[in-house]
Amino acid sequence: MLTKKECVAMLLAGGQGSRLYALTNNVAKPAVEFGAKNRIIDFPLSNCTNSGIDTVGVLTQYQPLVLNEYIGNGQPWDLDRTFGGVHILPPYQAKEKSNWYKGTANAIYQNLDFLDRYEPEYVLILSGDHIYKMSYDEMLKVHKQNDADCTIAVLTVPMEEASRFGIMSMDKNDRITEFAEKPKQPKSNQASMGIYIFSYKVLKQYLIDDENNANSSNDFGKDIIPKMLADGKRLVGYHFEGYWKDVGTIKSLWEANMDLLGDKPNFDIFDTHRKIYARNIADTPQFIGQNASIKNSIIGGGAEIDGTVINSVISSRVKIEEGAIVRDSVIFGDTVIKKNAVVEFAIIDEFTEIGKGAVVGAKNKESDGICVVARNEVIQENAVIPAGAMYDSKNGGAK
Amino acid sequence: MKAVGIVLSNIHDKDIPELTGIRSIGSVPFGGRYRLIDFALSNMVNSGITTVGIITKSNYQSLMDHVGSGKEWDLVRKNGGLFILPPFSDNQDNLYETRLQALYGIINFLEHRKEEVAVLADTNMVCNIDLSAVIDNHFAKNADISCVYKEMTLTGDEGHKVSAIKTDTKGKVVDIATAKPLKDVKIKSVINIWVINRVLLINLIRDALSRDSNADFDLDLVGKNLKSLNVAGYEFDGYFAWITSLAKYYQHNMELLNKEVRDNLFNQKHKAIFTKVKDSAPTSYRDGAKVKNSFIADGCVIDGIVENSVIFRGVSVGRGCVVRNCILMQDSVVMDNANLNCVIADKNVVVKSGRNLSGCATLPFFIGKNVIV
Repeated sequence: MLTKKECVAMLLAGGQGSRLYALTNNVAKPAVEFGAKNRIIDFPLSNCTNSGIDTVGVLTQYQPLVLNEYIGNGQPWDLDRTFGGVHILPPYQAKEKSNWYKGTANAIYQNLDFLDRYEPEYVLILSGDHIYKMSYDEMLKVHKQNDADCTIAVLTVPMEEASRFGIMSMDKNDRITEFAEKPKQPKSNQASMGIYIFSYKVLKQYLIDDENNANSSNDFGKDIIPKMLADGKRLVGYHFEGYWKDVGTIKSLWEANMDLLGDKPNFDIFDTHRKIYARNIADTPQFIGQNASIKNSIIGGGAEIDGTVINSVISSRVKIEEGAIVRDSVIFGDTVIKKNAVVEFAIIDEFTEIGKGAVVGAKNKESDGICVVARNEVIQENAVIPAGAMYDSKNGGAK
Repeated sequence: MKAVGIVLSNIHDKDIPELTGIRSIGSVPFGGRYRLIDFALSNMVNSGITTVGIITKSNYQSLMDHVGSGKEWDLVRKNGGLFILPPFSDNQDNLYETRLQALYGIINFLEHRKEEVAVLADTNMVCNIDLSAVIDNHFAKNADISCVYKEMTLTGDEGHKVSAIKTDTKGKVVDIATAKPLKDVKIKSVINIWVINRVLLINLIRDALSRDSNADFDLDLVGKNLKSLNVAGYEFDGYFAWITSLAKYYQHNMELLNKEVRDNLFNQKHKAIFTKVKDSAPTSYRDGAKVKNSFIADGCVIDGIVENSVIFRGVSVGRGCVVRNCILMQDSVVMDNANLNCVIADKNVVVKSGRNLSGCATLPFFIGKNVIV
């Protein structure tokens, strides 16, 4: 090849994201909107660009249409490169066999040929469902300093949540001594963020061995990492401090959006130093009308607001008509909230219309759960969608 | 491809010295996130033109920074695409002054193109025009030159000479005259959008300049050939704004608060106005925000009162501020408790806490780029 790449990133974007329910009916989880202007995948892709990683394989499998179109040639993330750049890697049919991606490790295994083209020293494994800003170049530096076989990004989590994560124990030099995927009785609160840097030669051998093991579930957390640990390989933890959120559930997705609000937001997307890039349509500025009242909210380009918006995240080209009230909610792009409709504690997906006077979601109570309305829906005038409901007419109506 | 676009980005620099002292008229910011040249470029691209030459003259760093490789307009092409055409002069001290001299400077470019017609446009105007309809009409009428005109009643403060045409019943241009604008006179005004057969244009430029080096485009190149050539008139009936003075600049920005104007300019199907993408964050409205009737771009932080204003990308308005009837350009900062009325703040202006600044609609208070008040 023309030139080799020191580090290639592989972004696992194939999961269905079934815990996002109606929001992932037609789009893969990484293509779900986030924070008024972005989609979830913007975060890992922008982190790559901001860390000087210019070769990224995106492994897709579930509902890839919107995701593929969104990534396109990678130009918004500066990943339209003559050599390297972003590549969509779907499962494929081979001469001998054809396989869907069986697990995270198998997805990388099936693309070893792609990695070999760039002769990388290191491979960075990323997930497509996390919201955070991170310097992968710093992590790579630590990986090299430790002469590690694998470096895992580690986050301190509240002990009561630890059983949701891959939990590890480390010695005083951050060398990992134990790793348990979603343990019932967690031994520490040091959680894996699902971000790994492997030395490629070691990884390749383990992936080949794993593929030949009929009993393996072909998963990094369940199979590859424990096997490496058992073999005495050098696994090191890399401590990450800063905002990180797994947005795999409706509640966590809503919370992460709310974390963008306030005078000192929990997650600062206004920092211009490490921008999060997005594919932009030619949106106009937003127009705020005579009857508008907006407090503690963020709003994307091309929106037209003439109603009341409080504690909410409003995406691009959303229209909120006179008298409508949107409170503690997340409204995805191109959705229309008609006159006098009320939306509270809800996530409304793209291209949906909330009819005049309709009432969606709970009144002033988060504890009743977040109401979700799927994309391309039309909520009739004066209809009532109760708190915590999932409105999805194409898949069995309200639940 | 049938047409090559030619954009004259410097030709009206003298009209608004406040804004063009540091930039070309084409790169004057407009409407929250645009530059004036976006309209000419987007109109051409939306009409299927994939080769555009931009004639520059001076102070065009900001223009080049803005258009970059042309990717926002999809003008990065193997065949054609975007061409920046810096001034060409045999004599270093002698840059072009007139439209014809500017065109003469790119005659090599015109000769090397293959397109049948050239479409000329200026950058001191704001409109969303379907140029493909003008080009189709040009061929249907078998015209040599098409002159796009707009019926308008002059206000007398246009700030430059205007050319008026007369057309016959078939829409052929039979007369053209240039004069200072007189208030309340209704004319068919030339708006400096022309479609001309490319080879003919080259010959006409040479011919006119060989007779008189200061020859006028409207009067000499077009006017003296009305009998020998087929010059078709094409009426444009959409929203049209000439940015010819600071007061007009202010007035036409404020017109964007009118829904009909916005719809006509920005919300026509398949005719979006493209501009440079900055990947700004969404705009954040804080607890102190009270915003009414305003056009606000991305990346702003608003914590005060904003009414009847056009706010560009990355502006911050502090708590307790009152901003009314203002145009605040990119990255301006209005600190807490400042009070602004009818102010135009150029880029990166800082208004410190408690300042009280006011102009009026006909004479807005202008603050230059990077100034700290």
